[in-house]
Amino acid sequence: MGPLVPDIISGEFNFMIALIIGIGFGFALEQAGFASTKKLVGLFYGYDFTVLRVFFTAGITAMIGVIVLNHLNLLDVSIIYVNPTFLWAALVGGAIMGLGFIIGGFCPGTSACAAATGRVDGWAFLLGGSIGIFAFGEGFPIWKDLYLAENWGPVLMFEQFGLTREVFGIVMILVAAGAFVMTQIIENKINKKETKWFKPTIIKNSIIVGTSVIIVLMVIITPNRTEVMNTRIDEKIAAGECNPKMMNADKLAYELMNQYYKYNVIDVRTPEEFKAFHIPTAINIPLAEMPKSGNLSTVIQNIKINVFYGANIYQSQRACMVSKYFGKSDNFALDLTASEFNKQYFLLTTVDENASKTDVELFTFRKDAGEKLTEIGEAVANIDKPVQKKTGRVKGGCS
Amino acid sequence: MSEAPKKYMNPYLAGFFLGFVLLAAIYITGRGLGASGAFKSVVMQTVNSVAPDHADNTAYYADYNESHPEGPLKSWLVFEILGVLIGAFISAVASNRVSLKLEKGPGVRNRTRIIAAIIGGALFGFGSQLGRGCTSGSALSGMAVMSFGGIITMLAIFGMAYMTAYFFKSLWIKKQ
Repeated sequence: MGPLVPDIISGEFNFMIALIIGIGFGFALEQAGFASTKKLVGLFYGYDFTVLRVFFTAGITAMIGVIVLNHLNLLDVSIIYVNPTFLWAALVGGAIMGLGFIIGGFCPGTSACAAATGRVDGWAFLLGGSIGIFAFGEGFPIWKDLYLAENWGPVLMFEQFGLTREVFGIVMILVAAGAFVMTQIIENKINKKETKWFKPTIIKNSIIVGTSVIIVLMVIITPNRTEVMNTRIDEKIAAGECNPKMMNADKLAYELMNQYYKYNVIDVRTPEEFKAFHIPTAINIPLAEMPKSGNLSTVIQNIKINVFYGANIYQSQRACMVSKYFGKSDNFALDLTASEFNKQYFLLTTVDENASKTDVELFTFRKDAGEKLTEIGEAVANIDKPVQKKTGRVKGGCS
Repeated sequence: MSEAPKKYMNPYLAGFFLGFVLLAAIYITGRGLGASGAFKSVVMQTVNSVAPDHADNTAYYADYNESHPEGPLKSWLVFEILGVLIGAFISAVASNRVSLKLEKGPGVRNRTRIIAAIIGGALFGFGSQLGRGCTSGSALSGMAVMSFGGIITMLAIFGMAYMTAYFFKSLWIKKQ
């Protein structure tokens, strides 16, 4: 599941990827004509809207790609880099860049392309860019407050409008399509060309726009992998096929006392509940978060046997089904809930006087088990727990 | 080169291709494309080499160096920009567009164009630091992931350029 860095591709190889992606980037920019300053500036005087066409098409293509990959669970959008919003810095910085654009005729990426293809003005722009960056560093204390003001964090556009990512995607596609038509008319007017509408062109373009909209609509209509999983599991439960292997609590206590390392005890309740009480050696993966890639790698392994427990039997059984759905066969659901387990082993007081011999034996066993488990829990708390993989947001951006 | 330069690619096709490169960057590395960050790395490295004392004593450089323990140049964007230079060169060679020249508006003197390019570059460089990214890193990549900050930066860049285009007309288009 993407992004592939840093879990699947790591370290130095990432730099190779950067080089390859850069080659693609440079190639695309040059092919589009972005190494030519006149073509870039044409946007602002209306005689050539190439920049807008390339820019919008690229943005929309990548945007739809992100929507689709996210839907197919191939890309985790919650950890990809999202430029943080510092309102004033973004607006003022953008305005200064706009001024630089119209005076210098490039932006940094395109000036690099121009420089690579022998444009002297590209080199001059790069030199100027370095001076500007240096000046920013030298005077940093002066604009530090502006730089850091109004930090909104990684806010997303569609959240601001209260829309979903997909609906906003469709809006963007339509805006782009409208802009393409409008700018074509303006461009023809300024270049004193007559605007003609050829039927085949109209049909072709409508098909392209229509296809993009349909792709996003499909994403909205079709359920994603987690929804499919939940529906399948619901169907199985409804059909009475939900009969995961149950594990007796005494058996689990015995096994943990003797060979805890063979068991992967998983608490599927919330982190708060987990914190309040959990079976020693257990790890916490809330039920809803189990299908996440980082958690799945803990659940789906061939070494240990999974034992799930939760706030009620339903939770632990469902966790078993999820684990089975993703391909792990050795799953057990504990026959007690977390609080029952707590009561049975850790909150014992005294044995009933009139109890039978077997009951007394059981009581002693449970009491011992509780103490031993606490001991084991403390001993392995730091060494034996699977490393909690923390997936942080990817670092990126230009700064 | 005797052959005439080839025509540019259809802008929508080029955009589609660029979009795929951007998508690949997001899928593989979880981050978008960028440009100004690489130039920042170069500037930082220069400051570190030329004036190490100054770099140590100024909070801005010290912070940067602390967050880049392997040196400013060992960064993703530096390698990406090296790729951009190579990719643009390959593309220009393939289309007969490599030539040492200075592009400018009609009737603009060479010196004026060079000075304008340096000033424009300086403004863009400065703005990209303040706005945390340029047209690539902030506007384009921001649009792909629908970042609010990225999109408003984009609007500010193009909005400002449009608003001031009139005043710099003489740099780019013939007087009418």
